[in-house]
Amino acid sequence: MLAEHFPALLVVTPLVAAPLIVVVRSARAGWAMALAACLAAVLMAAQLLARVAASGPVSYAIGSWPPPWGIEYRVDAASALVALLVSAIGTASVVYARRSAAAEIGGERLYLFYALMMLCLAGLLGMVVTGDAFNLFVFLEISSLSTYVLVALGRDRRALTASFQYLILGTVGATFYVMGVGILYLATGTLNLADLAVRLPQAADPRAATVAIAFITAGLGLKLAMFPLHAWLPGAYAHAPSAVSAFLAGTATKVAIYALARIWFSVYGADALLRDIPVAPVLAALSVAAAFIASGAAIVQDDLKRMLAYSSVGQVGYITLGLSLATEPGVAAAIAHVVNHGVTKSALFMLAGAMALRLGGTRFSDLAGVGRTMPVITFAFVIGGLSLIGVPGTAGFVTKWALAGAAIRAGQPVFAAVVLLSSLLAVAYIWRFVECAYFREPPAGAPAPGEAPASMTGTALALTAAVVAMGLHGAPVLGAAGRAAAALMGGAR
Amino acid sequence: MRTDVILRVVAKLLIPFALMFALYVQFHGDFGPGGGFQAGVIVAAAVIFYGVIYGLPAARRAVPDRAVELMVAAGVLLYAGVGVAGILLGGNYLDYFVLASDPVHGQHRGIFWVEAGVAITVSGVMLKVFYLFAGRGRDPEDEA
Amino acid sequence: MSVAGHFGYWATVFLMMAGLFIVISRGNLVKKLVGLSIFQSSVYLLYIVPGKLVGGTVPIVGEGFTVYSNPLPHVLILTAIVVGVATLALGLAIVVRIREAYGTIEEDDLLAADARAD
Repeated sequence: MLAEHFPALLVVTPLVAAPLIVVVRSARAGWAMALAACLAAVLMAAQLLARVAASGPVSYAIGSWPPPWGIEYRVDAASALVALLVSAIGTASVVYARRSAAAEIGGERLYLFYALMMLCLAGLLGMVVTGDAFNLFVFLEISSLSTYVLVALGRDRRALTASFQYLILGTVGATFYVMGVGILYLATGTLNLADLAVRLPQAADPRAATVAIAFITAGLGLKLAMFPLHAWLPGAYAHAPSAVSAFLAGTATKVAIYALARIWFSVYGADALLRDIPVAPVLAALSVAAAFIASGAAIVQDDLKRMLAYSSVGQVGYITLGLSLATEPGVAAAIAHVVNHGVTKSALFMLAGAMALRLGGTRFSDLAGVGRTMPVITFAFVIGGLSLIGVPGTAGFVTKWALAGAAIRAGQPVFAAVVLLSSLLAVAYIWRFVECAYFREPPAGAPAPGEAPASMTGTALALTAAVVAMGLHGAPVLGAAGRAAAALMGGAR
Repeated sequence: MRTDVILRVVAKLLIPFALMFALYVQFHGDFGPGGGFQAGVIVAAAVIFYGVIYGLPAARRAVPDRAVELMVAAGVLLYAGVGVAGILLGGNYLDYFVLASDPVHGQHRGIFWVEAGVAITVSGVMLKVFYLFAGRGRDPEDEA
Repeated sequence: MSVAGHFGYWATVFLMMAGLFIVISRGNLVKKLVGLSIFQSSVYLLYIVPGKLVGGTVPIVGEGFTVYSNPLPHVLILTAIVVGVATLALGLAIVVRIREAYGTIEEDDLLAADARAD
């Protein structure tokens, strides 16, 4: 009975948890409620994923107004998979935040942190399940506004400037998106994504579709940190509280990627309108640039979190490279990398946060000899780093292999070479950490810090274990991603 | 503004009418221009006006911070509660049709409570923003 | 289909470009936010202007009226305005915090202060 309402409840549960946390005004109760809401979201997303795999897409009419008149929530294999990723990483981040946020934010206003996390989660889940282009904008802004605040909570004052920069660029991006949607609405008179897919090819002026996708791609490109539009990301990830970095790295850009794929392939259609509009080659060029330049920039960073942030821009390049192939294997590899990289990067940011907690910072000078003082955390970080490189046995290998295969099958073997060569850059920046952690003496006279609190270490290790598990047994993620790609490419129907 | 008799008297006279007008805008939203958002802003404007004339501490005594924070949360909960009520009565989320035996009546009832929630949250948020900006960087008892 | 016939679009594009230009060219954070608000206002126009039908009336069914303006853009833009207000409030709040932490709201000075800290 209740399962019928899961598409709406998936969003409503965290959305209701946020004001409830504000009412109880207690960090401890707020943490418990946030965790309960996250777990409920995970269960609902998992149930939806199973249901969608068994019996096809689920449509839910908000307020019982039938689509396309009312707002439709629509869950298919792609949205259910991304929703599961988002809620799972949200759960891990909330568990991790109990000690981490208490140490980094603290104070009597800590409960507001959990309320904001819930708002952000609600916004991200809403973006994933909604089948309405304007509703997607509203959820995009809900998640973005709460993200700006979460980033500004960082300890360093540079968190404030990073948050401001993110606010400006994020708002410009969201406004570009909503302009594109406005043009689509003017051309077709509908906002429902499935209805748009039907009506857009019949629109009077095909130029409107071209202009709209340019706006939408640029706007969402800002949100997903597509290469030249990534300027906000390193600062935001580097200075945000660790739990926030871990949460955002695994979810925020990934959901924007999902939204872009949804509009590209479900509304425009790889074999229909998208074929006549040269956005895919542009995206491919930018992706290649991201893979090389951003990964290269990661090598020269002085701060571990900043290095991870630049590495994220590079890894997003692989995902958009998969999308730009506009073939089903390419999109499947991109979705699989969304999942695998999301889990990997969240784990790495959690581990970096654990080091920051004990060492007071994540600059490489702080990290000298950390392999001796925090052996477990450091070892887990190296495993996560191997996944960024794409070493066999880790999640990164599975998806990079799939991506290279998809590129070759799409007749673009040069992209396979790009994946391989740019991975060498990842070797360089991960090696920098290894060299610093294992081959340098800890600064003389520094107290010997032990491992981080169990809740932080445990969560980070669980995600690292997931990285290895997904690397050794890649079939479930690849299978789900294949179904997701089929659902995306099959149109919103 | 402690000595401006005209301002203080006019404010006292105007604020009840402003609040009354907010209620009119709120409940007239069914038939004409208006609704919870506008009404909430007018309520907040009345309190902000009071704060501007009589000082921030006076406004904070009239509408305490804690109440404002509760308003922000309560409005959202009321809105979401209407949605959940729709589910409990056998409809979809935010389904107003099932809220009364007659669907038209149900729509009226649903929009009434949703708009009430919007008004509460909007006025709460507006006041919160005003309190935070106006109270920033000064001792709360400065102007008592 | 004349230039003058697209007056609404010209206004939209002008506001959009003016707003974006202010965001990019001004170093003062408050001015940036002003530009951002102007930029967002252009979207409001983009939606609302085509919603008006010449000779159309309020979309309430009544005798003697056959042509109605489209109410949906107004509802959508009310939401977008709320989002814009929230963004502006949050942006100003962050500017206040930046001013408290750095003592300036000029971008160049902020960058210089961060560079000194490194």
